Amino acid sequence: MTFWRIGAAFAAGLLFGLGLAVSRMIDPAKVQAFLDIAGNWDPSLAFVMLGAVSVAAVGFRFASNREHPILDRDFRAPTKTLVDRPLVAGAILFGIGWGLVGYCPGPALASLLLGRSETLLFVAAMLAGMGAHRCFELFGQRDRTAK
Amino acid sequence: MENFSPGAAAIGGVLIGCATLLLWLMNGRLAGISSILGGLAQATPGDRWWRIAFIGGLIAAPLAYSAISAHGLPRITIAASPALLVAGGLLVGFGTRLGGGCTSGHGIWGTARLSKRSLVATAAFMASGMIVVFLLRHVFGG
Repeated sequence: MTFWRIGAAFAAGLLFGLGLAVSRMIDPAKVQAFLDIAGNWDPSLAFVMLGAVSVAAVGFRFASNREHPILDRDFRAPTKTLVDRPLVAGAILFGIGWGLVGYCPGPALASLLLGRSETLLFVAAMLAGMGAHRCFELFGQRDRTAK
Repeated sequence: MENFSPGAAAIGGVLIGCATLLLWLMNGRLAGISSILGGLAQATPGDRWWRIAFIGGLIAAPLAYSAISAHGLPRITIAASPALLVAGGLLVGFGTRLGGGCTSGHGIWGTARLSKRSLVATAAFMASGMIVVFLLRHVFGG
């Protein structure tokens, strides 16, 4: 079971990355051109979102009457429903970084093997940012337990 | 708009949607890249290997692409300076963990499920991304 789960996850990652390459969302210049509505705007990425969201929406409906996934015991979806400050602040910070470079996490990982030093530098900084958030979280927990 | 490529974009989008569904139907997990990667550090041993496998597949994807396409490896252009790459990377890493998702988790999966949190997050990162590119290209002229 574990073997198949790992295989399915690998296949999903491969297909995801293939989608990023085919749609050219893997290219930071293409992403920045999508965000550049006042310049030479390239709306292509809206079609990536449209294609992906439609398939996911139909599939999610289709899967919603299943009690468990094919290879595991339970579906794990986020349980939070509240729109809170960390959500909005995090999304804004992410958007700033996304605009500055044209990379979000998926395309950055998927282009690592293209051998560009810029990609390596970005991914290293991204991992550091994730690590910084983990520290921030741990300090928050310590503060709460201290009170 | 001379680089507009809606066909390839939609086909790529459908592939991304299928990948998301594959992970959901088979493993019951969300294909949110920042959460899969960021959760790796805290993951229990049983929850670790599918994450590594997914990321491995994502990293191997350009090789699969070059094997099946006539264009070889995907071509990319990165305009950002080293300082911007570091700043952008830190913000993307920290922001996606604080906000609980990125373009995949909130933008695709959350939007498909009409999650209010994800719709708000997607609107927020699209808006801040557009403002930053506007400032970068049209105000500071970088």
